[in-house]
Amino acid sequence: MLSRPIIEARAIHKSFGPLKVLDGVDLVVAERELVFIIGPSGSGKSTLLRCLNRLEEPTSGHIVVDGIDVLAHRTDINALRRRIGMVFQSFNLYPHMTALGNVALALRRVVGLRRRDAEERARSALARVGLADKADAYPAQLSGGQQQRVAIARAVALEPRVMLFDEPTSALDPELVGSVLRVMRQLREGGMTMVVVSHEMEFARAAADRVLFMDGGRVIEQGPPDCLFGAPKSDRLRAFLRSLERH
Amino acid sequence: MELFVSSFLNVEVVWAARALLLQGFANTMLLIAIAVPLGLAGGLLLALLSLTPVRIARLLLAVWVDLFRALPPLVLLVFVYGGLPFAGLELGPLGSVAVAFLLNSSAYYAEILRAGIDSVPRGQWEAARSSGLSALDTLGWVVLPQAVRNVLPDLVSNTLEVVKLTSIASVVAMPELLYQARQAQSVTYNASPLVAAALIYLLLLWPLVRLLSRLEHRLPSRM
Repeated sequence: MLSRPIIEARAIHKSFGPLKVLDGVDLVVAERELVFIIGPSGSGKSTLLRCLNRLEEPTSGHIVVDGIDVLAHRTDINALRRRIGMVFQSFNLYPHMTALGNVALALRRVVGLRRRDAEERARSALARVGLADKADAYPAQLSGGQQQRVAIARAVALEPRVMLFDEPTSALDPELVGSVLRVMRQLREGGMTMVVVSHEMEFARAAADRVLFMDGGRVIEQGPPDCLFGAPKSDRLRAFLRSLERH
Repeated sequence: MELFVSSFLNVEVVWAARALLLQGFANTMLLIAIAVPLGLAGGLLLALLSLTPVRIARLLLAVWVDLFRALPPLVLLVFVYGGLPFAGLELGPLGSVAVAFLLNSSAYYAEILRAGIDSVPRGQWEAARSSGLSALDTLGWVVLPQAVRNVLPDLVSNTLEVVKLTSIASVVAMPELLYQARQAQSVTYNASPLVAAALIYLLLLWPLVRLLSRLEHRLPSRM
C-alpha cells in the first residue's frame, strides 16, 4: 500500500432481481493509486464502479470513501459525490449547454460559486484538458475525444479526491483514444487517485499500479500489471487475455 | 349578395357591438392567462409525481390522467359549475372554468411532459447526480430543458387546443368572446358579431399555428 486507503469497499453484493452481478467483492484503493479493472462484459466491473458513488445501491456490503460511509442513510450523498468524479463511456455531456456550461453547472449549483468564479474555474479546467478554445462549443460540435475531455474537465473541476472512469475510451474512434488517455495520464501524474474500468491494456501496463481481473461478479486475480499480464495464474484470466489478443 | 354582406359582414353592427366584443376579448385573454399556466403547472406536477418509484402511486396517477383525458371538457365544466353546488361547492363561472381547465388540460400537459422527461437518456441523470447535483437541480437544469425542447411542438399544439377550448366557458355564462358575440347577435338580429369574433380568434391563433408548423418542420435538434 502506498498510503492510507481512500476507497474501502468490503463484501459488495449486488443483485438485479434473480441476477447476481456482484458476489462479494472487496476493493481497497490507496491514495494516489491507479487501479485498473478488467474483465469480460457482464463480469460486474461497471456495476462495482457505480456502487462506489451509489449510482447503484449494493444489495449488501460496506463502502467507505474518504472516511465517509457511502451507504449510510445520514450521509449527504450529494456532498460526497462532489468528492468522487465520474466519467462515462457515453460522455453524457448536457447537449443544451456549451462546454463551459457543462463544466460550470456543478460548480455553481453544488459548490455554490458565483457565475463568474464558476466560469473562471471551468475555463481553467477546460484548459487543463487542452480545450480552452472550445469553451463556447456545444457537445454536438465536438469530436468524441473532445467530448470525453470536456466530461473529464467537468469532473476534475470539482477537485475530487477520486476519479472513476467507466470505459472512457470504448465509444471512441481509435484515432481519438490517444487524446483521452493523454489527459488521464496527466491526471495520474498530478497524483489523482483513479479507478479505471477499461480494455486499454497498453495504458494499464504503462500507468496502472494494480490490475484487478473480474469475472462472474468476483475478483479472480489482482496484482501489478506485469504480474497479471506476464504470468496470469487463473485459466479464466489466461482465456480473457487470449480473447483480447485476437482483436 | 347584399343580404349576405348586411347580415354577415355588417361593419355598422360590429361597430355598434364593439364594447361587448372588446369586453369578450379581454375576458378570453383572462381565461387564457388562467387556463394555460394552470394547465402547465398542474401537468408538470403530475409528470413529476409520476416519476415516483412507488408503483401504486404511479398507477393512481395514470388513472387520474386517463380519467380527465377521457371526460369531455364540456361535460366536466358543466358538472363543476352545475353539479358541485349540490355538494355545497359553489365556484361561480370563473372559478368553475379555472377548475375544469386545471383538471382537463393538466392531464394532457402531464402526458406530454412525461413523454419529454422519458426521452431524456438515463445517462443525463447519472452524469448530473454523480457530480453532486440534487434531484431537483438535475430536473431543473439538465432534464427539463431537454425534455421541453424534445416535446415543444406537442406543447404548443396542446396550448393551441386549450386556447380554442376557452370558448366553452360561454355555456356557464362567462362573458368571454363567444358569449359576448352571441349576446350582440341576439340584440342586433345580425350574425356579423359572430363573424367578428371568429376573425379575432383567427388573428389570435394564427401566429401560434405558424409557430407550430415551423417547429414541426425544423431540422432535428442537435441532440
